Amino acid sequence: MDNHPHTHSVAPSSPDPALGTHTHPETLLDVKDLVTRFHTPEGTVYAVNGVSFGVGHGETLAVVGESGCGKSVTMMSIMQLIPVPPGEIARGEAFYAGRDLLKLNDIEMEHVRGKEISMIFQDPMTSLNPVLSVGKQITEALHTHFNMDKEPARERAVELLERVRIPAAAERLNDYPHQFSGGMRQRVMIAMSLACQPSLLIADEPTTALDVTIQAQITELVVALREQMGMAVIWITHDLGVVAGLADRVIVMYAGFIVEEANVDDLYENPQHPYTHALLEALPRVDRRRSKRLKSIPGAPPNLQVEPHGCPFAPRCEYVMQRCWDENPILEQISFQHRVACWVNVDTGAPR
Amino acid sequence: METTAAEPPKPATGVVHLTPDELETPPLTLRQLAWRRFKRHKMAMFGAVMIVILFLYAFGGALVISESYANQTDTKLRLQPPSASHPFGTDTVGRDVLARTIYGGQISLMIGLFAVLIEVSSGVLIGAFAGYYRGKVDALLMRFTEAMINIPEIFLLIVMAKFFGNKLPDVNILGRTLSGSVVIIILIIGLTSWMYLARIVRAEFLSYREREFVLAARAIGTSNREIIFRHILPNSIAPIVVAATLGVASAILAEAYISFLGLGVQPPTATWGNMLDGANNYLESAPWLWFFPGLLILLTVLSINFLGDGLRDALDPRSRAA
Repeated sequence: MDNHPHTHSVAPSSPDPALGTHTHPETLLDVKDLVTRFHTPEGTVYAVNGVSFGVGHGETLAVVGESGCGKSVTMMSIMQLIPVPPGEIARGEAFYAGRDLLKLNDIEMEHVRGKEISMIFQDPMTSLNPVLSVGKQITEALHTHFNMDKEPARERAVELLERVRIPAAAERLNDYPHQFSGGMRQRVMIAMSLACQPSLLIADEPTTALDVTIQAQITELVVALREQMGMAVIWITHDLGVVAGLADRVIVMYAGFIVEEANVDDLYENPQHPYTHALLEALPRVDRRRSKRLKSIPGAPPNLQVEPHGCPFAPRCEYVMQRCWDENPILEQISFQHRVACWVNVDTGAPR
Repeated sequence: METTAAEPPKPATGVVHLTPDELETPPLTLRQLAWRRFKRHKMAMFGAVMIVILFLYAFGGALVISESYANQTDTKLRLQPPSASHPFGTDTVGRDVLARTIYGGQISLMIGLFAVLIEVSSGVLIGAFAGYYRGKVDALLMRFTEAMINIPEIFLLIVMAKFFGNKLPDVNILGRTLSGSVVIIILIIGLTSWMYLARIVRAEFLSYREREFVLAARAIGTSNREIIFRHILPNSIAPIVVAATLGVASAILAEAYISFLGLGVQPPTATWGNMLDGANNYLESAPWLWFFPGLLILLTVLSINFLGDGLRDALDPRSRAA
């Protein structure tokens, strides 16, 4: 597969120098100040409120946060998969290979999706079309993006199914999704999304719907494929346990804001945002005494239908000060590759 | 599994007894499941067999009896009751009723099939675009659909038949020369019956477009056209097939209505419908005039309705009852 004729045409080696002024040389995807809202009959939902981050070539970025914190909406906005209306990408840029993805039209975007950036979803039980054989669904991207003929596309589909470790791949090509188990379907989804060798795979909680042993298998599989194919991965999850063994860098999101960004080891050893702190405290660990109760974060996530004002975490924060209610802290660099948005230094409890 | 295979099949003794064959067969595909459910639907099987017989009657009968015989008038032989030489009797101008039901059957069945073809293609296209694109496209197409629904169909049929009738020259289909009115009737019936199907298809698309597999397909770069025709349409095939079968029945009936009113297919081309035209004057004196074409219409419509019923049950992926 590695010497496949299309391998080289797919991965853009570096951004176009003429247009690349916005992007860091090694960055594959550079998102700046992304704001996404939904205008619903009940009012405007402020889902993503000015998010900036980058992903390097071959890098694995984990995005963590609780349900409804804007993890998925951020990624779907970049892919232009947000239903518009009611959705609206109010502001922001997402540079990929020198082009702003948010400015591409439908047709141009179709060429990016699947070929350059692919996405897999949470629930493999519903993400496959029940009336099409898996072979048809895997070869679809090959027909669309490479105009591949039926026979070579089928051969490639078998190859892909073998890669995601589905036994008897050639015979299973004509099977329908209901003939596969949950874990196998997620493998098929992965095969589908990797068919065109994208440079970036966005995995939106790909293991949440699976049981724990299968979760480990799928995570391992994605790690192995990342090594083989050299793509970058954005792994959306709310499971900090999975992140440790997988990611290079972690972004913590809360209420549509990035509250902390750090290298994975740095984040676990030296969390700087009270929210990250609380999340790690809430994580069960084998090396901690059992008698100690796991901490929970008091309160509930904020109502996103209210225009954000001040720090979104203030109502639940144990370090809260007057300033937190009035001003939302911006994401600031505090050490090498470690950014945090907080007025308080959690190590000392004093203002920064 | 081995023990079951070794033992000869025993009658059920309270324990579910699976034959070795059932244990070893791979899981069935959707199509096999549908066929299995359909086979167990007695009425549907009756309908299917009946329709095959009716087709054999109309198209096979033509091999035995020539069309010129069906149109041959002989007033000396008018209104003869059924006899050995004319099993279904003769009509008001001495034509053989049996021969006319055969050639009329061809037209009636053809009208049913082609009208449904038009109905399904327009209904599916309009419903699919409205449901998939929503917004302005939806509003525009659905208001048009509602406008069409609000005109009584029989009135529309009569007006259009009167207006367009006899404006087409004779056409040649399947080696038969037919009055151009056949084509007109097919068009009229097709174009006045697609609205309900369009609404059904729209509803299907509205629900399927929100499904995760559509999102997943979009995430790998599938175009709207592919999503509409390759991903969503096959999922909504069950209600479409059912509506289509029932549509054949109502198209045959619609043809019978307008032909009965003398606005349909023009003689000498026979249809089951226009054979009834005029038969109302002989309800008691010559019942064979209306009995045979009427019976054939009844059988066709009934069988097609049974068939549609069976298809609905068989194709519904949610019905797991075998």
